[in-house]
Amino acid sequence: MNDASKATELYGVMAEFDSPELLLEASEKAYELGYRKMDAYTPYPIEALPEAVGFKKPILPRIVLIGAIIGGCLGFFMQYYASVISYPLNIGGRPLNSWPSFIPVTFETTILLAAFAAVFGMFALNGLPQPYHPVFNVPRFALASRDRFFLCIESEDKLFDLTKTKKFLSDFKPKDVYEVEP
Amino acid sequence: MADTSVKKRGAAKAPFIEPGHTFGSITDKISSIVLTRKTPIFWFVGFGISFMLLSLLMVAVAYLVFEGIGIWGVNMPVAWGFAIINFVWWIGIGHAGTLISAILLLLRQDWRTSINRFAEAMTLFAVAAAGLFPLLHTGRPWLDYWLMPYPNTMGLWPNFRSPLVWDVFAVSTYATVSFLFWYTGLVPDFATLRDRTVNRWSKRVYGILSMGWRGSAVHWHRYETAYLLLAGLATPLVVSVHTVVSFDFAMSIVPGWHATIFPPYFVAGAIYAGFAMVLTLAIPLRKFYGLEDFITMRHLQNMAKIMLATGLIVGYGYMMEAFTAWYSAAEYEEFMILNRFTGPYKYAFWSLLACNVIAPQFVWWSKARNSVVALFVIAMFVNVGMWLERFIIVVTSLHRDFLPSSWGMYSGTFWDWATYAGSIGLFLTLLFVFIRLIPSVSIFEMRTLVAEEKGKKH
Repeated sequence: MNDASKATELYGVMAEFDSPELLLEASEKAYELGYRKMDAYTPYPIEALPEAVGFKKPILPRIVLIGAIIGGCLGFFMQYYASVISYPLNIGGRPLNSWPSFIPVTFETTILLAAFAAVFGMFALNGLPQPYHPVFNVPRFALASRDRFFLCIESEDKLFDLTKTKKFLSDFKPKDVYEVEP
Repeated sequence: MADTSVKKRGAAKAPFIEPGHTFGSITDKISSIVLTRKTPIFWFVGFGISFMLLSLLMVAVAYLVFEGIGIWGVNMPVAWGFAIINFVWWIGIGHAGTLISAILLLLRQDWRTSINRFAEAMTLFAVAAAGLFPLLHTGRPWLDYWLMPYPNTMGLWPNFRSPLVWDVFAVSTYATVSFLFWYTGLVPDFATLRDRTVNRWSKRVYGILSMGWRGSAVHWHRYETAYLLLAGLATPLVVSVHTVVSFDFAMSIVPGWHATIFPPYFVAGAIYAGFAMVLTLAIPLRKFYGLEDFITMRHLQNMAKIMLATGLIVGYGYMMEAFTAWYSAAEYEEFMILNRFTGPYKYAFWSLLACNVIAPQFVWWSKARNSVVALFVIAMFVNVGMWLERFIIVVTSLHRDFLPSSWGMYSGTFWDWATYAGSIGLFLTLLFVFIRLIPSVSIFEMRTLVAEEKGKKH
C-alpha cells in the first residue's frame, strides 16, 4: 500500500507531549502554517489552547440566556393561566393576577431552564455522548486523562500529508508521534 | 521586626496541596481509592451501621403508609412536628455544598477544589433526605404528584400564592440543579476512571457515565463556560431556597414565625449547619483514606472560620428575635419569647444557645483551630444545635400561640425518632456508596491546582 492511499484511510496523526507548554507551542505553529482540522487533548483545561487550535466564538452563553428567558416566561404564564384564566378564585375582590406572589416560582423556573440549557447545550455543542471516536485507537491516548498532552492533526485537513505532517509534529520534541486509525 | 512578621504570615499560609505532587501522582492517588485499593474495614463497618439505620427507615415508612401519620406525635396545636424540623435541618445542611462549589468558585477561592466534590455529594444526599419528610407528611405519599401543576381531570391547580407550593418548586429545582452541577463536574473524572480501570465491566460503566469525554481543548472551553454559568445560576438559587423555606414560617401570622428577619437568618443558619456537617464528614474521610495531602489543615481552618462567621450571624438573629418581641409591644410576641426562655421547653432553648452561640466561640483560639479533634467536637455541637433551633422555632411557636384554651404539648414518638434516625441512615448509606464508587476529590481540578502552583514558581 502506498503512502497516499494510507493517508486517506487514517483519521490523522497525533503527537504526545509531556508538558502543556510544548503542546501550546505546537498548536500555535500548526495554526500559523495553515492547519485547521485539528484538536488538542489535555487532562485539564488550559488557557489559550482553544484559541490556538482555532476555536472562535462561544455561543453557549446565548443559549443559556434564551433558556433563562423561556423558563421565566413559562413559569409566570403557567401561574397566570392557572390563577386568572383556568380557575379564577374571587377572594374578597382581590386581584386575580397577584403577580408579587408569582415571583418565587418564576425565579425557580428561570434558573431551572437556564441550568438545563447550560448543561445540555454544552454536551450538545460538544457532540456528547459519543460512543466511538478514532482518537481512542491510540493505546497511549488513555494518558490524556492523566498527565499527557496530545495534538491530533486530522487527515481531512487540506494541508495534511502523512510524511510532512509527521515531520512537522516531530520538530516539537514530542514523546512520540502516532498514526490514528479511523 | 518586619522580617519576623513576614515569616509568620508565610507560615500561616500553608499550601492547599502538599508539595511534591504531579499530575500523575494526584490522578493515581485519588483514583486508587475507587479502583485498586482494597476496601478498608472501616468502610464495611460504617456502611453496615448506615444500612441498618436505612432499614429502620424502611420499616418506619412502611408502618406509616400502613397506619397513617397518627403514628407520629403531631396533633393540634403542633401539627408541624419532626417532619418539618428534619426537613429544614437537612435542607440547611445541603447549603454548604452549593456554597463551596458555586460561590467559592466565583470568588476564586482555590481551596474549595479538594472539598467541593464530596460537599456537592453531601448536598444531594441531604436534599434527598430532606425531601422525604414533606412527602411523607402529606399523609398519602402516593398522591404527591398532585403537588406539581399539570392539566388534570379534576380541573384543579396548586395554589401558587402559597409558600408551600413555592417550596415545592424551590426544593425540586435545587435538587435538579445540584445534580446537574455534580454530574457535570464528574464527567472528566469518569473519563479518567474509564481510562485507568482494568476491569471490563467498570470500564463499560464509567465509559457510559463519561459519555465519551476525550478532553478536547474546544470541549474544555465550553465545559468551563457551562460550569461557570451553572455556578452563577446556583448562587442566587441557594439563597432563594432557604429564603423560600423561611417563607413557610414567615408568611404565617404565628407569633415567633411572623418575622422579616427570617430569610437572612435562615440562610446564614443553613450555611452554618452545612459547614459543620462538611467538617464532620471531612475529618474522618481524610483520616481513613489518607487524604491529608489534599484536605489540609488549612481547609479545615477555613471552614471553621466560615462556621464561626455564620454562627455569629445566627447569634445576632436570636438576639433580634428577642429584641423585636420586646420592641413590638405585642403581647403574643412578648409571651412567645418569655415562653421560650422559661417555658416547658426552656432546656431545649438554653442547650440550643450553648451549642450554637457558645461552642463555636472556641474557634477564635488558634489552639482549637489547629486541633482536628476540637474542630470535630465543635462541629458536632453545631449539628445538634441547629436541630434544636428548628425544634424550638417549630414547637415553641405553635404549642402556645393565642388562646390558652388551645395550648398543648408536643413530643416525638418512637416512630418520629425512627424516621429521623433512618433519614441519617439514608444519607450515610448514599455517602458510603459514593466514596466507594466515585472519586471523592475532583481529580481534574486538582491537576489545575498543581499547574497553577507550578506556574507560581516560574
